[in-house]
Amino acid sequence: MEEIIHDQELESKEYFINMGPQHPSTHGVLRLVLSLDGEIIKKVEPHLGFIHRSIEKMCEHDSYTQIVHLTDRMDYLSCHINNEAVCLCVEQALQIEVPDRVKVIRTIIDELTRLSSHQLWWGVMGMDLGAITTFLYGFRDREMITDIFEETCGARLTMNYNVPGGLFFDIHPNFQKRTKDFLDYFKKKLPEYDTLLSDNVIFTQRMKGIGILSKEDAISYGVTGPTGRASGFSCDVRKHHSYMAYDRVDFKEILDTEGDCFARYKCRINEMWESMQIIEQLIDNIPEGDYKVPTKAVIKLPKGEWYQKVETARGEFGVYIISEGQKSPYRLKFRSPGFSNLSALDHMARGCKIADLVAIMSTLDLVIPDIDR
Amino acid sequence: MKSIINYFKEILFGLKSLVKGMAVTGHYITHPKEIITQQYPENRESLKMFERFRGEVVLLHDENNEHKCTGCTACEVACPNGSIEIIPKRVEIDGRKVKAIDQFVYHLQMCTMCGLCIPACPTDAIVMANTFEHAVFDRSKLTKILNKPGSKIMDGIK
Repeated sequence: MEEIIHDQELESKEYFINMGPQHPSTHGVLRLVLSLDGEIIKKVEPHLGFIHRSIEKMCEHDSYTQIVHLTDRMDYLSCHINNEAVCLCVEQALQIEVPDRVKVIRTIIDELTRLSSHQLWWGVMGMDLGAITTFLYGFRDREMITDIFEETCGARLTMNYNVPGGLFFDIHPNFQKRTKDFLDYFKKKLPEYDTLLSDNVIFTQRMKGIGILSKEDAISYGVTGPTGRASGFSCDVRKHHSYMAYDRVDFKEILDTEGDCFARYKCRINEMWESMQIIEQLIDNIPEGDYKVPTKAVIKLPKGEWYQKVETARGEFGVYIISEGQKSPYRLKFRSPGFSNLSALDHMARGCKIADLVAIMSTLDLVIPDIDR
Repeated sequence: MKSIINYFKEILFGLKSLVKGMAVTGHYITHPKEIITQQYPENRESLKMFERFRGEVVLLHDENNEHKCTGCTACEVACPNGSIEIIPKRVEIDGRKVKAIDQFVYHLQMCTMCGLCIPACPTDAIVMANTFEHAVFDRSKLTKILNKPGSKIMDGIK
């Protein structure tokens, strides 16, 4: 009898806890079921479905102009890029060549969106690790970009500035001036990000060597975006399958080999510099011309299938349209970067502590509405 | 011996990095104007939204309480969420029965501010207003009737 009691005491029991769906560091309604041994994570099981809005099904009833605004609600931090993906796919199907002006404006706003997304990520990532100050600084700098969007696109977050064939309206006369002002301002502020977090000893010790994802694993899990590039997986759609005006600008694809949390952090910070460089090359050279190619009031795609991928702030975003020749698609599938990146979370978090899981999750930069759709 | 020196070096380096970070925070404590973006409820009087900002749909009326809406339902068709509902009626003008609007119902609670209804309107009757303080205590107040009572269509709009 004594032996049995003794055995049970020694046996460390595996137990489960729920992280989320209302946990502040999951950035939304993501439920993670953690299987723990003491503080060590044995297994992470993400449970989705709390913010499922059946956007893909809704798209089957909407016209092609109406679909565009639904993609705002998926990855709301890179909404302009999502809009663009749908528009590019429809333009590809209709064989429309958009004017140069549209290409350049779309590229500039893409990069501004990427910047604002990374700024927000930087702010909330600091907050996840316990530094509330960074949240305020990130949002302060993001405010200038949202002002640019508000003036030109008419909304701060869900902009809906793209229509199949071009843009909703031409850029605002102040657009170029504001963007240049922002670049001047942010070039001074970005080194401050490094001073605050990148050099901080507490921060680096919580990031370095945590959540390592090897290049082979990144490829087999389909991890894209800065998360994949930090593992050395060269997956930048802007470089490899260039769209819009990316083929005429000079920029580096940021690659790292370590694949830990700090590499992913560094990758995003360096991407902000690259984004600024892209905007700088284009902002003075916006060609004159139309901002829209006239399309029919009711767009009907021919029978067929099309796929278009773009690079959002989180990775490769794809739109796959199957058309039967009607005014709405027969089936529309989105390939969201967040979903594939989340699938690697279990692999990365095994053997880490619970506090490390928060760091890994925030460097993955998950947006839950994008995962769930 | 070397490991001890490294240990103290690391501590010193760590302390230095913390002080560097705190210097940034200290700078903003003494320069609060650089960190504040907007003091929203206080600057309510002077706050001016950008002209393209999409706040809510309004039906424009002129001083004679006349609007341009013909009741063609182009905006209703263009709306992805069913926020606009047009209830038509038949009115007699010069002995002919013409379609006109009875009620232009706008469900603000369903509107996503996508702005697709504005270019769809053939007579430019509706615009997006800059108002943004839409909070109310009862959701039934969000269903609005946009045409003012007693209003009628402008002459010459077809």
